[in-house]
Amino acid sequence: MEELQELVRTAEVATAAAGDLAALDQLRVHYLGKRGVLTERLKALGSLPADARREAGQAINLAKDAVQVALEARRQVLEAGALEQRLAAEGVDVTLPGRGQASGGLHPISRTLARIEALFRQVGFTVEEGPEIEDDFHNFEALNIPAHHPARAMHDTFYFGDGRLLRTHTSPVQVRTMQSRQPPIRIIAPGRVYRCDSDLTHSPMFHQVEGLFVDEGVSFADLKGVLYDFLRAFFERDLDVRFRPSYFPFTEPSAEVDIQCVMCGGDGCRVCKHTGWLEVLGCGMVHPAVYAQVGIDAERYTGYAFGMGVERLAMLRYGVNDLRLFFENDLRFLQQFR
Amino acid sequence: MKISEQWLREWVNPEVSRPALVAQLSMAGLEVDAVTPVAPAFDGVVVAEVQTLERHPDADKLVVCRVDAGTGHLLQIVCGAPNVVAGMKVPCAMVGAVLPGDLRIRKSKLRGVESHGMLCSARELGLSEDHTGLLALPAAAPVGVAVRDYLGLDDHVIEVDLTPNRGDCLSVHGVAREVAALNRCALAAPPVAAVAATIADTFPVLVEAAADCPRYAGRVVRGVDAGAATPLWLQERLRRAGLRSLGPLVDVTNYVMLELGQPMHAFDLGRLEGGIVVRHSRAGETLELLNGSVLDLAAGELLIADGQGPLALAGIMGGVASGCTDTTRDVFLESAFFAPRPLAGRARRYGLHTDSSHRFERGVDPALQVPALERATQLLLDIAGGSAGPLTEITSAGELPQATVVTLRQARIQRLLGIDIPPAETADLLERLGMSVDSVADGWRVTPPSWRFDVAIEEDLIEEIGRVRGYDRLPLHRPLSRFAIAPIPETRITLDRLRAILVDRGYQEAITYSFVDPAFQAALDPATAPVALANPISAELAVMRTSLWPGLLKALDHNRKRQQGRVRLFESGLRFVQTDAALLQDRRIGGVACGTAEPEQWGVPARAVDFFDVKGDVEALLAASGCGDAVRFVAAAHPALHPGQGARIEWEGELIGWMGQLHPAVEKALDLDGPIYLFELALDAVTDARLPRFTELSRFPAIRRDLAILLAEDVAATAVVECIRTYGGEWLRDVQLFDVYRGKGIDRGLKSLALGLILQDFSRTLTDPDVDDVISRIVAGLSSRFGASLRA
Repeated sequence: MEELQELVRTAEVATAAAGDLAALDQLRVHYLGKRGVLTERLKALGSLPADARREAGQAINLAKDAVQVALEARRQVLEAGALEQRLAAEGVDVTLPGRGQASGGLHPISRTLARIEALFRQVGFTVEEGPEIEDDFHNFEALNIPAHHPARAMHDTFYFGDGRLLRTHTSPVQVRTMQSRQPPIRIIAPGRVYRCDSDLTHSPMFHQVEGLFVDEGVSFADLKGVLYDFLRAFFERDLDVRFRPSYFPFTEPSAEVDIQCVMCGGDGCRVCKHTGWLEVLGCGMVHPAVYAQVGIDAERYTGYAFGMGVERLAMLRYGVNDLRLFFENDLRFLQQFR
Repeated sequence: MKISEQWLREWVNPEVSRPALVAQLSMAGLEVDAVTPVAPAFDGVVVAEVQTLERHPDADKLVVCRVDAGTGHLLQIVCGAPNVVAGMKVPCAMVGAVLPGDLRIRKSKLRGVESHGMLCSARELGLSEDHTGLLALPAAAPVGVAVRDYLGLDDHVIEVDLTPNRGDCLSVHGVAREVAALNRCALAAPPVAAVAATIADTFPVLVEAAADCPRYAGRVVRGVDAGAATPLWLQERLRRAGLRSLGPLVDVTNYVMLELGQPMHAFDLGRLEGGIVVRHSRAGETLELLNGSVLDLAAGELLIADGQGPLALAGIMGGVASGCTDTTRDVFLESAFFAPRPLAGRARRYGLHTDSSHRFERGVDPALQVPALERATQLLLDIAGGSAGPLTEITSAGELPQATVVTLRQARIQRLLGIDIPPAETADLLERLGMSVDSVADGWRVTPPSWRFDVAIEEDLIEEIGRVRGYDRLPLHRPLSRFAIAPIPETRITLDRLRAILVDRGYQEAITYSFVDPAFQAALDPATAPVALANPISAELAVMRTSLWPGLLKALDHNRKRQQGRVRLFESGLRFVQTDAALLQDRRIGGVACGTAEPEQWGVPARAVDFFDVKGDVEALLAASGCGDAVRFVAAAHPALHPGQGARIEWEGELIGWMGQLHPAVEKALDLDGPIYLFELALDAVTDARLPRFTELSRFPAIRRDLAILLAEDVAATAVVECIRTYGGEWLRDVQLFDVYRGKGIDRGLKSLALGLILQDFSRTLTDPDVDDVISRIVAGLSSRFGASLRA
C-alpha cells in the first residue's frame, strides 16, 4: 500500500513537472496506458489470493483516479498556457491600415442633385429628363420667348447653325412634359444646361433643376410654401427666405428668391455683396401663353414653375469659392466630397 | 441702370432712409445691384478763389498762389497745376483736411516756400481719373462753402438691374414714378413747357416707314455755341449715371434720356441735305457710325436718311458724317418713337447695343416724344444759347401702340395669389400705378398708362397687385397631395445604384464638358463626324462628344500631371451622334483607370491595373441588373483600343459598349501616360433588371469535379464554358474557371484550363458512375469541338 502511495506521489511530482502536452501524454501512457504501471498492477490482481484481491483492486483504482486527476489538472494548466502563447504570438498591430480597394466618391454636383431630388420626392415630385440638344421651339418659342424678345439677350445661346441649339435652361423639359400629358403634373427636371459665356463666375456648362406643378387650385402661396420648405431643408438652417418680384417670359407673376446669406448670417459679407441676401432661385406662376402652346386649359388649371442653379447651391452648401473647380475634375478637389 | 439718389429725391422724396428705399426698390422688382457713394470720403475741402499768382523763386513748374478760402485772410499755397490762373474757383484742401487715400494736408514747405493747403484736381478728390489740372469750379461758386456740399457729393449711386419688361423704369422719372406709387407720395416733375419758336426755320421730315416709326418729332435750333461748357451740375449727373461729358449738344440729349427715358439725337444741320427721310435701307447702302465702324446695310433696315443717303441707324446709333462737332452752329434735334421689335433684332444683327437701342427695344413711352423734345430744347438754349424753330411732329396714330383694356376678375386674383384682397385695395393698388380702373361685375376693366406697355393680360395686373402689395405679404401654403402613389419599377436599376457600385470599386465621379476638342476626339473616334457648334466658346470646345472618353481622358491627364499616379474616374451623361435618320442623345456610363490595381498598401505587392481588373468593374455594373449572364465580351477591333486588349460588349447580340486598353499609338498621339484602361456602356442597356424569381432548392448534396484540359491558345474561355454547359445536361449546376496555365510542361501554342464543375440533382444523390458519365460526355464534346484533351 505504501508503495502505491509512493507511486502516486512520484506520479504527481512528475505530472506537475511536465513542461508540455507531449510530456504529459508520455506520463499518461507510463501510468495509465495499456502497458502502464498501474494497468499492469490491475492485470496482476489475478495472481493475488481471492480475499486480498478486492482490497488491492480498490487501492489500485484509487491510485489510478489520483493520477488521472493530477494529469487532467496539469493538462488544463498546460492547455491554458499553450493558448496564451498562441494568442500572444498571433497578436497584430491593430493600428495598421486595413487592406483592399479604397472607395471613390460622387461629384459634388451629383451629390447636390441627389439631395435636391430626395427633398422634392418627399412631396410627390417625380424626376423627368429631356434632350440637351434642343430646338428653338422648346427652348424659347413655347416658353413665350419669341425671336426678338429682349430676354434672349440674357441667354447666350450655343447654336449648331441648323436651328438646333444647346438648351440654355432645363425649362424645355416643362414644355415636353406638358405636351405629353395633362395635369396634375408635379415634376422636377435636373440636368446640364449651356450658355456661351466663360469667365470667373460663368461656366459654359452648368446644372439646373427645374420644377413644375400644374393642377387645379395651385397658387403663388403653394409656390412660396414649397420653396420656403425646400431651402430650409436643403441648408438645414432656419434661414430667412424672401420672394422678390422679377421677370421671366414664361411665368406671371414671377419672382426671384433670396435666402439670408449662409456665409455671414445676413450681416453682410463679400459673398452676399454686403446685402445680407443671396439670390438662389427664379420662379413664378406658369404664363397663360405657355399653356396655350402645350394645350392646357389655363382657365381650369394653374401652376407654378421654378428653376435653380445647382452649382450655386453646392458652392453655398460646401463653401466652394471657385465655380471652375467643378469641371476641372482635380482629384484633390473631388475627394473632399466623399 | 445707375441713378443718383439726390436726383431721384428731387423728383420724389418719401420719408424713408436710403437702405429702406433700396430695399423697397428690390422688393418691388427693381433689383438693386449696388449702392456706391459718388465720391470717396474726404473733408476740409472748400471752394476757394485764386487771387494772385507769382512764380516760385526756385522751381519752374510751381507757382505761389494767394487764395481766398473764406477764412478772412488770404492763404499762401504752392501749386503745380498747369491750368491755374488768377480768378479761377477751385477746390482747396485746408490744413487739417483728409483726402481720399487717407492723405492728410499739413502746413509744409515746397522748395523753401510755405504752403498752407492744397488746390485739388478731380482725381485728388476721387471724382474721376482727370489729373490734367485743377478741377475748375463755376465762377458763381460761393467761396468758403464745403465742396462736398457745393457739388452734392454726399450722394449715392443706386444701380438698378432692370428686367426686360420694365423699360418704363429706364429713367429718373420712371423710377420716381415707382417710388411714388410704393410710398403713396407726390411726384415733383420739373415743369416742361413748350418752347416758343423765335425763328421760323424748319427742316422737312418725311416718314416713309410709319409702322417702324409711328412718331417723329424734330426741331431746328440755330446759332448754338458748341464750345459752351456744360454746367458742372449736369456733368456730375451724367458722371453719376456712368456717362462722359461730350460737349453741350450731346450732353443735353443724354441728360433728357436719363431724366425722362427718351433717347434723342442731335444732327449737325449744316451737314444735312434736303430733308430727313425715315425709310428702309436699300441693298448696297453703307453707313459709317459714330463709333467708327462702317456698316454694309442689308435691305430693309430702318434709317434716318437725307437727300444724300443714310445718316443714322434709327434708334441705335448716329452716323459720323452728320454728327455734331465743336464747330456745329445749327442743329436738328430728333425725338422719335421707334417700334421695339424690329429694332431689337436689328441692333443684335449688327452687334450693337447702345443706351438708345437698349431703351427702344424695351419700349419707350409713346407719349413722351414731344415733351422730351421741349425739355431738351429748353436745356440747350439755356446752356449753349441759340434760337429755336417751331416743332415738327409726324404721327401715324394708327401705328402707335394702343392702350389695351384688360379685364380683371376678383376670383382670378384669389386663384393665382392664394389670397382674397378686398376690392377697394385692389383698385387702389392699380390706381397708384397710373392705371385707370372701372368697376364691372365681379371685377374691373383696367387701362394701363401709356408707359406700361408691358401690361397686356389679366396675369400682368395680378402680378402688379402682388408686387406693389408685397410678395412677403402673400400667404404661404404647404402642399396638399391629391396624387396617387407613383409606381417604382423594380426592373429598373437607378443611376444612383450604378454610381454607388463604381464608387465602392474606387472610382471617383467626374463631370466633364459635353463639348470637346475635335482633334482629340477624332483620335479616339475617327469614324464618327461629331455635331459641331456654330459658335463654340473656344476651338478646344467646338464639337459635341460622341463618347465619354475624350472628357475622361482629359480629366485623367489633368490629374496625372498633378502627381496623381493612380487615377480612376467615371462619368455618366449624354453622348451625341448624328445618324442619317436622327440625332442620338443617349445616356452612357464610362470610366478610365490607370496606375496600380489597388491603392498603395502594406502586405500586398503593388500591381498595375490590367484588363481584368477593369473587366471586373464592368461585370459588377452588369451584375446589378441580374442579367449579367446574357452579356458577352467579344474580342474586336476599336480604333481607340489595343488590338489584343479590346472587347465589344454585347447583350443578346446587340452592341452595348466597349472596353479595353487605350491603344498605345493613340496614347502617344494624345500625349498621355499609360497604360490606361477604358470602358463605356449604354446606360439604358444596364438599367433593365430582372425581377428575382424563386426556384426550388435541392435537398440532395452537390458533387464537385475538377477538370484540367489542354487546348489551343486561341480558344476563348467563354466558348469552353458554353461547350461544357451544352454537354453538361440537367445535372450541371455551375462551372467555375479557376486556373489558366501556360509554360513549363505545356507545349507551345497550348494552354491548360482548370475548371470546377458542380453537379446536383433534385430527386436523388448522384452516384460516382452518374458523374463519370457526365464528365466523359463533356470531355468528348470538348475534344470534338476544340481538340481538347485532359491534362495528364
